[in-house]
Amino acid sequence: MLTGIEAAFFYLFAFVAVASAFMVIAAKNPVHSVLFLILTFFNAAGLFLLTGAEFLAMILLVVYVGAVAVLFLFVVMMLDVDFAALKSGALQYAPVGALVGIVLAAELIVVAGGYAFTPELAATASMPTPDLAVRSNTAALGDILYTHYVHYFQMAGLILLVAMIGAIVLTLRHKPNVRRQSVAAQVARTPATAIEVKKVETGKGI
Amino acid sequence: MDTLLSSYLPVVIFIGVAMLVGVALTVAPFLVAYRNPDPEKLSAYECGFNAFDDARMKFDVRFYLVAILFIIFDLEVAFLFPWAVSFGEIGMFGFWSMMVFLGILTLGFIYEWKKGALEWD
Repeated sequence: MLTGIEAAFFYLFAFVAVASAFMVIAAKNPVHSVLFLILTFFNAAGLFLLTGAEFLAMILLVVYVGAVAVLFLFVVMMLDVDFAALKSGALQYAPVGALVGIVLAAELIVVAGGYAFTPELAATASMPTPDLAVRSNTAALGDILYTHYVHYFQMAGLILLVAMIGAIVLTLRHKPNVRRQSVAAQVARTPATAIEVKKVETGKGI
Repeated sequence: MDTLLSSYLPVVIFIGVAMLVGVALTVAPFLVAYRNPDPEKLSAYECGFNAFDDARMKFDVRFYLVAILFIIFDLEVAFLFPWAVSFGEIGMFGFWSMMVFLGILTLGFIYEWKKGALEWD
């Protein structure tokens, strides 16, 4: 249970996360929406940190704030889509969103409630979380991810490979007749291949 | 747990100072700057002209390709961190499982290179 200053930080992060998540769908300007999304990610990272999931918190910052949110910003700022018109009726979908949210919340309560009712359940986990004082969070993940869960790890690699090839196959279109620089051909050029000497006869052209 | 959180105290102090500076710099112009707004100050003048249309436009899908490939390799690097931290614990099996993972992605990288996805035209 969180107490004292930890509880204060939990409520700070939780409140700002919920408020900025609401602003993501309520903000008029789509660029502001993405900036609020980034604020939500930051607060989620703070919440992860409070639970001791240090690695997840930092990966959330690196991957989501560093890469995904920047891609979103890029799309929103550059793409020829009138996001303002697109979003004008966004709040009317609130009931559907609320329904999905309630289902998700119910599932989370079922999972977390199981641990609350029978605390001894945690001991039966196949990989109990080691004490943070003994082994840091990142090291605890590393201890099992590459050996015990090697199949899932390699599957993640294959999924990344599929994503990479899929992105290339879907988007790569080469323009025909593009004249590229060929460094090897340039370097291999010699006076013998580059210059042709012609004997011009007097009174005639070439 | 407490040592973990107290090790983030410098980060909290840093964010606090950064917010203080940011708020101070945002508020200060309203208090001290000389203000005399005039529509002419915002109008186009000399060689300037009003914007023809929006800055948003259709643009090349290859920008996305670069961004998506960046994210994929970003995730690949994210897998390297716990591996490096517990390198001494996981032994040869852990070492080779990471080498296979990197090999799979290197295959993708070779495909990408040979396909010309890293070239612009």
